[in-house]
Amino acid sequence: MSTEEKKNSQISLDSETLSPSTEKEVSEIVREIYSKKLPIEITGTGTKKVFGYNLQTAKKLSLSQLSGIIDYQKEELYIKVKAGTPIEDIEKILEENNQELAFEPIDFGYMINGQTNKGTIGGYVACNFAGSRRFKVGSVRDHILGFKGVNGKGDIIKSGGTVVKNVTGYDLSKLISGSFGTLVVLTEITLKVSPKKQSQITVIVYSDEIKKISNLFDKILSSSNEVSAATFIPEEPNNKNYEHTKNKIFKFNDLDQEGSFLAFRIEGDKRSIDERLKELKIELDLSNFKSSILDVHQSVPFWKKVNNLELFSGTKNNILRAVMPPAKCETFIKFLNKNYKYYIDWCGSLFWIEVLDKDDEKINKIKNFILENSGYLTILKKSENFDFQDTLFTIDSTRLMISKKIKDSFDPKKIFNPGRMYREL
Amino acid sequence: MTELALPQIDRTTVSKKSLIVSQLKKFTNEENVLSENEEIKPYETDGLAAYKQTPLAVVLPENTKEVSEILKFCNEENIKVIPRGAGTGLSGGALPLQDAILLGLGKFNKILEIDFDNKCVVTQPGVTNLGITHAVQHKGYYYAPDPSSQLACSIGGNVAENSGGVHSLKYGTTTNNILGVEMVMMDGTITRIGGKTLDQEGYDLLGLVCGSEGLLGVITEVTVKILRKPQSVRAALIGFPTVEDGGNCVSDIISSGIVPAGMEMMDKALIDATDKFSKAGYPKDAEVLMIVELDGTKSEVDGLLDKVSEIAKQNNSNSMKLSNNEKERLAFWSGRKAAFPACGAMAPDYYCMDGSIPRGKLSLILKEINQLSKKYNLAVANAFHAGDGNLHPLIMFDGSDKEQLRKTEEFGAEILKACVKHGGALTGEHGVGIEKRELMCEAFNNDDIQQQLNIKKSLDEKNLLNPGKVYPILRKCAEEGRVHVHRGEEKFPDLPRF
Repeated sequence: MSTEEKKNSQISLDSETLSPSTEKEVSEIVREIYSKKLPIEITGTGTKKVFGYNLQTAKKLSLSQLSGIIDYQKEELYIKVKAGTPIEDIEKILEENNQELAFEPIDFGYMINGQTNKGTIGGYVACNFAGSRRFKVGSVRDHILGFKGVNGKGDIIKSGGTVVKNVTGYDLSKLISGSFGTLVVLTEITLKVSPKKQSQITVIVYSDEIKKISNLFDKILSSSNEVSAATFIPEEPNNKNYEHTKNKIFKFNDLDQEGSFLAFRIEGDKRSIDERLKELKIELDLSNFKSSILDVHQSVPFWKKVNNLELFSGTKNNILRAVMPPAKCETFIKFLNKNYKYYIDWCGSLFWIEVLDKDDEKINKIKNFILENSGYLTILKKSENFDFQDTLFTIDSTRLMISKKIKDSFDPKKIFNPGRMYREL
Repeated sequence: MTELALPQIDRTTVSKKSLIVSQLKKFTNEENVLSENEEIKPYETDGLAAYKQTPLAVVLPENTKEVSEILKFCNEENIKVIPRGAGTGLSGGALPLQDAILLGLGKFNKILEIDFDNKCVVTQPGVTNLGITHAVQHKGYYYAPDPSSQLACSIGGNVAENSGGVHSLKYGTTTNNILGVEMVMMDGTITRIGGKTLDQEGYDLLGLVCGSEGLLGVITEVTVKILRKPQSVRAALIGFPTVEDGGNCVSDIISSGIVPAGMEMMDKALIDATDKFSKAGYPKDAEVLMIVELDGTKSEVDGLLDKVSEIAKQNNSNSMKLSNNEKERLAFWSGRKAAFPACGAMAPDYYCMDGSIPRGKLSLILKEINQLSKKYNLAVANAFHAGDGNLHPLIMFDGSDKEQLRKTEEFGAEILKACVKHGGALTGEHGVGIEKRELMCEAFNNDDIQQQLNIKKSLDEKNLLNPGKVYPILRKCAEEGRVHVHRGEEKFPDLPRF
């Protein structure tokens, strides 16, 4: 490179938000901030910035210009995109080809400010929060075939590829999933895509008996009839506001709004759905329950609402995300019932919980209960003006020590999203 | 076999052998430390039997605390450690070094907890893959990943290699089927990653460790997910007049939205070989043969099988059999499962390769392999896990002829390079080990490899845990070996390999 060229390629760090439009530019920016030891916040379109600790970096690196589909091979079941590509763009092209992302990307926009706002694929990978189908098909990380990105020194690195069977070197696609942008700036992501199921129905089972609910979850999980989602939406008779929201959101012709209900989804072609429904009715003893069925036209929007946390639409309160071993479902419901606003997804494993503003005592109580029962908790959304002192994520000291070493191997000067997950990282 | 570069032997360590052995005996029962030649001979190689090295000593600890103390001691004394499960790996990942302790996990052979409520099994790493299924099948459950060596391979080794199998097309590989591990780091630190919950918070250390080929830690406990057995399993045995027709059929089935439990393919050379060997009754007029297995509810499987037959017909299939019972289904598989031994019967030696390619390139790569076969004047037979583009070409040769051996190695390397060129991977399921180490630069550049080495260094600062594996020592692309079987003398001749 000539001196003149070098001069021209000098990256300006003048503006507060740096928006590179090529991978090379990302690399050059990172090299520059590495040499200056300048911490930076990495964002896409900012839809997930409420997750984790607030950053106090002077500059932002926005990937919103790094957008577009690079390669979509329908027959090979993969799509390669730039990291800042809006998830809607990906969903649209897949929809046109009767395919989908099996991990059901959650639209956190509702929870954050009451309306849809999905953000970029990079953000989904960085968080690794999978939707309702998780217990059946795996998490976001299970659908990442490969990636390219820039490490904390500005080196462009890659891992994985486009094929499903690949054990060449460490599986870094897993490691960067859920790392909240603290290891690499993602530039390219290759996702596994799945054929869309022909149809679906949802069975609503009305009950508020905790024992029966957890028993139903267990039977669904034990069944070979391939249920692809199962949720429990409890009623809160003493909370008029909540009941109003609940009834507004889950307003379907075939859903009786009185009382609590468990819902599960069966997907496939019509013949297979009918057969599995018949068998599940016997397996789950459904004749002993009041139940109803949502057809495909009701089932699809129903699961979007469950998946996208519409029950917590526009909340000002804290939102907690707890994952428990499935067998702890019953004790955890007992703990939460009537005390917290919550609902359950992932067939009894995932709990979304709302806790009132400034109630850190309540949060600590939940946290202790979860840890005692071998689960984990993320304080996903903090209410405004509430500086929660404890860690937002769960971790033990040994794993934190290992995580620090790994962080150091990618980002030795701790310039990427410093302190977003853990204050030490 | 081409000479393989191994890490430089630390003569100081070798000279201190008796001291090290007596020290190791303080950490575990004396009889768990083997140091005499005849005692350690069985450990000198793994499933890649062409390479042999005698370890300094073998230690067989009985619990996590012992593993931790041994590793801590070795770390402090700069002694290399090679972890080993059942030693069935095909890429030389457990090949000993002359100045290293071989840490065998054979005594970790107990299932610790069968937890039907949480749909998981907590087990020690030395338990066999099939052992887990045996422990839960009375209640209709099984462990999904099924490498062909599942009768003997250990679950700890499966984690190290991220093992797949015939059914990984639908059910994923090890990484998609484990929930947690207990692991000891090289400095003796014991850590638990994951547990009985789905996913974990923070960095996905489970995902990093799975498939790390024993370079990052020693697994001392594994929690695996168990699944309910499908209600119905049926298979179709379909022949095609041309390779293109077979390849197109694979693509059409997948893109139609069907996800078979498994989809296998064999070429003409292998059909002939296996038919002679196992009398599976495969069609003689087929250029390629496909086995498609479907599972699910009864009517679903029946419906899907109809669709598969329809797609096969559209792709000019010239023979088709559908299994109507378990006996017929297993008969379809018998030839495929006899593929490797059948090749062993056809030539004094064979090399088994393991590359991945995009499904749509199946017929293309087959053509290229056949051209290479002519170029090198060496016979080749091909078996594929076609559904996920994982191919196992078997090159036949006579190892006593040095020139043939050299040509075979070149041939093999060209196949793997072609896989990478077509957008595939160097290894689909056997791992890199020592076998494909120097080919890593075909898939990765220096920065990619350096990042991986940095991770290794952050967790094993002195590079003492399984050194010389996975990452190129020479950092240039040398042509090296594949699974080498001489006169049927496979290391585990009784294990099915497919």
